[in-house]
Amino acid sequence: MAKIKGAIVVDTERCKGCNLCVVACPLHVIALNAKQVNKKGYTFAHQVLEDTCNGCASCATVCPDGCIAVYKVKQQ
Amino acid sequence: MTKEEIIKPENLVYKKPTLMNDNPMHYCPGCSHGVVHKLIAEVIEEMGMEEKTVGVSPVGCAVFAYNYLDIDWQEAAHGRAPAVATAIKRLWPERLVFTYQGDGDLACIGTAETIHALNRGENITIIFINNAIYGMTGGQMAPTTLVGMKTATCPYGRDVSVHGYPLKMTEIAATLEGTAYVTRQAVHTVPAIRKAKKAIRKAFENSMNGKGSNLVEIVSTCNSGWKMTPQASNDWMMEHMFPFYPLGDLKDKE
Repeated sequence: MAKIKGAIVVDTERCKGCNLCVVACPLHVIALNAKQVNKKGYTFAHQVLEDTCNGCASCATVCPDGCIAVYKVKQQ
Repeated sequence: MTKEEIIKPENLVYKKPTLMNDNPMHYCPGCSHGVVHKLIAEVIEEMGMEEKTVGVSPVGCAVFAYNYLDIDWQEAAHGRAPAVATAIKRLWPERLVFTYQGDGDLACIGTAETIHALNRGENITIIFINNAIYGMTGGQMAPTTLVGMKTATCPYGRDVSVHGYPLKMTEIAATLEGTAYVTRQAVHTVPAIRKAKKAIRKAFENSMNGKGSNLVEIVSTCNSGWKMTPQASNDWMMEHMFPFYPLGDLKDKE
């Protein structure tokens, strides 16, 4: 069975840490960084679970600042 | 498969629309404006109208919209965006002309311009961001503020005996003969965002096909003005805004 693998890349300097992507992700792949801030002082979002993402792009769709790029691969 | 193997240009499924440039947006974290900007950029790209679109930006939080989307823009005086858009569309009928207005701009100072532009059936689209508050100036009461809702200028809640009732501009627009498509959408969840995108696309196509004027209201959040987190604002909007501003198409003239 084909398995779908996804990955996200967050533009951390553009991210404002609004947390909407974290709420939108059905698989809890994305979370706000608890220990780091970007240049503006926001706790930016990042991918915390490497293997779980299926590239559904929910996080990127709700992101008001367009910080998230989503990649998806279908594994045979 | 490692993350590096997945992150390749050929596997890209979603990114910031190319029409949206890299200027950091001045909107507060979690503001609905960003999502609507993104949807407009995506729709214009999909329609292939990048070089033929003129937006009219309002006075309000979205006053700097011209900094973020790489299309032609015209800044209008407070509330007068539909009048400016009328002129642009009449002089340049082959252009896609839309206005982007908040509730303080459209439903308060620009009520007359909005109603008359819609009633004349100008082939423009009005994107109406309704967050029930004056966000830019510090959260004052707007005409669309809900009854009982607390703002900076009605700290005990909107009282109908003093402030009157909230104005439903979209319902008014639906009764006008000149409007082709009047709808109310929201951008709080993924399905709602997809529906809002379809509505914007339909409105833009109607205006290009000469069907009449189009109004797309987006019920939005203003988490700074409402003094809540973005997530709490979305929940508050679902609980309080949607009963008074129900989502859906109000008018669709085929």
